[in-house]
Amino acid sequence: MMDAPEFWRGLDRTARHALPAASIVAVTILLAMPGLIPAQPACRTAFVIASVYFWSLYRPASLPAPVVALLGVLLDLLGASPLGLWAVLLLLEQAAVAPMRRVLVRQSFLMVWLAFTGFAVAISALEWLARAVLDLALLPPGPILAQGLIAILLYPPLAVALIRAHRSAAAPEQA
Amino acid sequence: MLRPSAPVRQALARLTLPVMLLISLGLVLAGRADRHLGAVLRTGLDDALAPLYRAAAAPASAVAQDRGAIGAWFRLHADNLRLTRQNRELRRWRAVALALAAQNEALKSQLHFVPTPTPNFFSARVIADLGGLYARSVLVTIPRNAWRIVNAIAMDGRGVVGRVVQAGSRSARVLLITDLNSRVPVAIGKHGERAIMAGQNTATPRLIYWAPGDPPREGAIVLTSADGGVFPYGLPVGIVHYRGRNDPVVLPFAGMARLRILRLFEYGHDPDSAVASARH
Repeated sequence: MMDAPEFWRGLDRTARHALPAASIVAVTILLAMPGLIPAQPACRTAFVIASVYFWSLYRPASLPAPVVALLGVLLDLLGASPLGLWAVLLLLEQAAVAPMRRVLVRQSFLMVWLAFTGFAVAISALEWLARAVLDLALLPPGPILAQGLIAILLYPPLAVALIRAHRSAAAPEQA
Repeated sequence: MLRPSAPVRQALARLTLPVMLLISLGLVLAGRADRHLGAVLRTGLDDALAPLYRAAAAPASAVAQDRGAIGAWFRLHADNLRLTRQNRELRRWRAVALALAAQNEALKSQLHFVPTPTPNFFSARVIADLGGLYARSVLVTIPRNAWRIVNAIAMDGRGVVGRVVQAGSRSARVLLITDLNSRVPVAIGKHGERAIMAGQNTATPRLIYWAPGDPPREGAIVLTSADGGVFPYGLPVGIVHYRGRNDPVVLPFAGMARLRILRLFEYGHDPDSAVASARH
């Protein structure tokens, strides 16, 4: 039988673990509401790409692969992308970030951003290719380019907010 | 509880990602093989999230329309002037409309005209904008006991917005005319030349398949045509505009950028006839 303080600490730790995924789900759903900001679908996807990169880099334990897959499916269902496409792309992103983690964490912010730029470009290219294959049609690359660009530009301001969360609200060791 | 030893747990942790990746790839294939799967999951999620969106939409629209006392006060005078002017104009048009209606009645009575059935309709609030990069669609609320509304025509106050392609028990997806997959048969101008209006993921759908010898004229009105059996004849869509040589587009009457409330019209056609043109 757990005593009361132990129970509350456990709850606190769980909440801190769940913060990355919960924040991504909340913002994704919020950005489906009509008329908030221009280019909402692109912003929604860009936000998820940037968040998954950030949390995979700094708190991989809080964003396990099954959760990433579910986030991808959510993104596919809200937008109208082929089912499972974003689950695959986000998992690939996580798989690519994992081995570079130890090196990247010690780099300056600029380097981390540059690396993210590379990831964003690679993901955009893959998305375009996958959609072309799945739909058997050459889709205009404009929207995907815009989405990649938004992701790249979104990363610095987002990272400022996420770094604060990383050090406080999302830190299970502080529970 | 059974706890595996540390090395086993590490190996399991390392396996999660590849396994999830394989499952996701399987999902892509499953979704590709069976379009129905995606539609069912999407409808389920839409229905589950609909109450949330509806609750969140009220304060958002209050801010967007600025129902606050101060904003309203400042705009009151300007609004009054605008409304007076508009009212004068509308009265004149009302007279014109009444005269035309009378003339129309007279002509119809001479021709033994069979009137088209009046459609059922209800107004639905747009609660979510669910477009993707290559998709333009919105989610609307529907009443619990709605009739079969797949293929119902969605209009805002000014013109055709799109068509219902998917409906759950309390929400429905409207495929907008600007969507890449939208094809609407239209009739152009006074003589109703046939063409197809094809969405191209931008604000202005293109006109394709018009008769080469008789291109649509700049500024001509575009109405829906009954070809294909989904749309009725004569709903206002927009006007023709030439973006370049031989490249006519339609400037929609409907305010596609800010859809708040749509009217869904049900014309009671055979739902199976349109399955081929439905997207999902």
